[in-house]
Amino acid sequence: MGNKILEINHLKKQFGDTVVLHDISMSVEAGEVVAIIGPSGSGKSTLLRCATMLETMDGGELIYEGIKAVRDNGSGCSYADALTMRDIKKKFGLVFQNFNLFPHYSVLQNVMEAPIVVQKRDRAEVEKEARVLLEKMGLTERADAYPCQLSGGQQQRVSIARALAMKPDMLFFDEPTSALDPELTGEILKVIKQLAAEKMTMVIVTHEISFAKNVADKVVFMADGYVIEEGRPEDVIDNCQSERLKAFLSKMTE
Amino acid sequence: MLNIVTQLAEGLLISLLIFATTLIIALPLGLGISFVRMSKNKFLSFLAKVYISIMRGTPLMLQLMVIFFAPSLIFGFSTTAFYRYVAVIIGFGLNYAAYFAEIYRAGIEAIPVGQYEASAVLGFTKGQTFRRIIFPQVIKRIIPPVTNEVITLVKDTSLAYVIAVEEMFTVAKQIVAAKGTIMPFIVAAVFYYLLNALVAWIMSRIEKKMSYYTIK
Ligand SMILES: Nc1ncnc2c1ncn2[C@@H]1O[C@H](COP(=O)(O)OP(=O)(O)O)[C@@H](O)[C@H]1O
Ligand SMILES: [Mg+2]
Repeated sequence: MGNKILEINHLKKQFGDTVVLHDISMSVEAGEVVAIIGPSGSGKSTLLRCATMLETMDGGELIYEGIKAVRDNGSGCSYADALTMRDIKKKFGLVFQNFNLFPHYSVLQNVMEAPIVVQKRDRAEVEKEARVLLEKMGLTERADAYPCQLSGGQQQRVSIARALAMKPDMLFFDEPTSALDPELTGEILKVIKQLAAEKMTMVIVTHEISFAKNVADKVVFMADGYVIEEGRPEDVIDNCQSERLKAFLSKMTE
Repeated sequence: MLNIVTQLAEGLLISLLIFATTLIIALPLGLGISFVRMSKNKFLSFLAKVYISIMRGTPLMLQLMVIFFAPSLIFGFSTTAFYRYVAVIIGFGLNYAAYFAEIYRAGIEAIPVGQYEASAVLGFTKGQTFRRIIFPQVIKRIIPPVTNEVITLVKDTSLAYVIAVEEMFTVAKQIVAAKGTIMPFIVAAVFYYLLNALVAWIMSRIEKKMSYYTIK
């Protein structure tokens, strides 16, 4: 048994009367890479948004490293107090499909802002670490550029550096390459692969099936707000059981 | 001629005072009103909406008169001569705050929700998010409409004549009536024009300073 970073139990989410997530359970262990695949509208983003608390859950539990962020009280969910919440929010980062960089800050400031303001860390030390991260992302030369001067691929690498600067225990990615021109997806996938090699815990929503197969330790297939199949990539992708997944995969790889 | 210019310059000082005090009051007050206007509390938001619509929907000249005469005519207070200055500041401040509130609101609502979400996931508090992420971008967005309002304000200071505040236009009118020459009006026009040229120049400097980045 590894060390559980994230545990989601019986998550339910609805918008108005429409249930978008039915009874989703999953867990992520330290160093594990989980790929979530599934057709558009199946609830993948909503799942990440519930896990990162951008959306409130309507049922179920959310547990980070044994600390309950959300409890199910039978008729709904109750959230942990603000102090606990602040601790829990340190544990994860989220990389958005469309980057959401801060346009008025330079690349370096984008990476440094949260560690300084939120974690109240020493500026000089934060800057040193930020420059190391930028170097790792191949952005050393662009440290003083502004997001509007960067390609989509560069912007996404900045946003990954921004998330890593907070030293999270795990990272969520919501279709990190979907807003990019096809020739730029490779550079992002390479960065994620490198993080995986360094044993970063990650949950990645992606449409890149072969990437999921290569990098993920576990693949989760979602449709209509349900987890239909999950398991090792060679089982789920190469030997899938359900007709839905078969149909989805043949459409994705055609 | 020199005499006219010096007399008008004294009036100009009062005009500038009205101008500056209005900005000092209305810029922050407008931000506060825009928060109330955007508040989740429907009742508060409605109140702010009514306030803004009255302030923008009735003449500033009339608002100045009401504020000046209300204490004595409605409440029977006797007001001192100095009260006309207070009334002018209150009137301009309340009126321009309403216009600025709508400008702030449009600016704040134009910021993509992704900026709030990125900040929330990074752990910023609501206050930190507004101060460090949202507001700087709002300022950039609202410079053009704020410039328009500020230029209008320069000209609107002349409305203070209705309650006999001795600003530049009031002085100009007095000299015209006494001396039978149109010269004071022309000099006053030049002063207003130069003042607005200065405003436009300052605002374009600020705009340029913020042009180091673009927002979609
Ligand atoms: N804020 C929202 N309000 C109402 N419906 C939403 C909202 N966000 C997502 N949905 C709906 O929830 C379903 C799942 O959406 P999403 O999680 O974005 O799917 P995916 O990321 O798998 O494409 C969709 O039917 C979508 O229309
Ligand atoms: Mg999505």
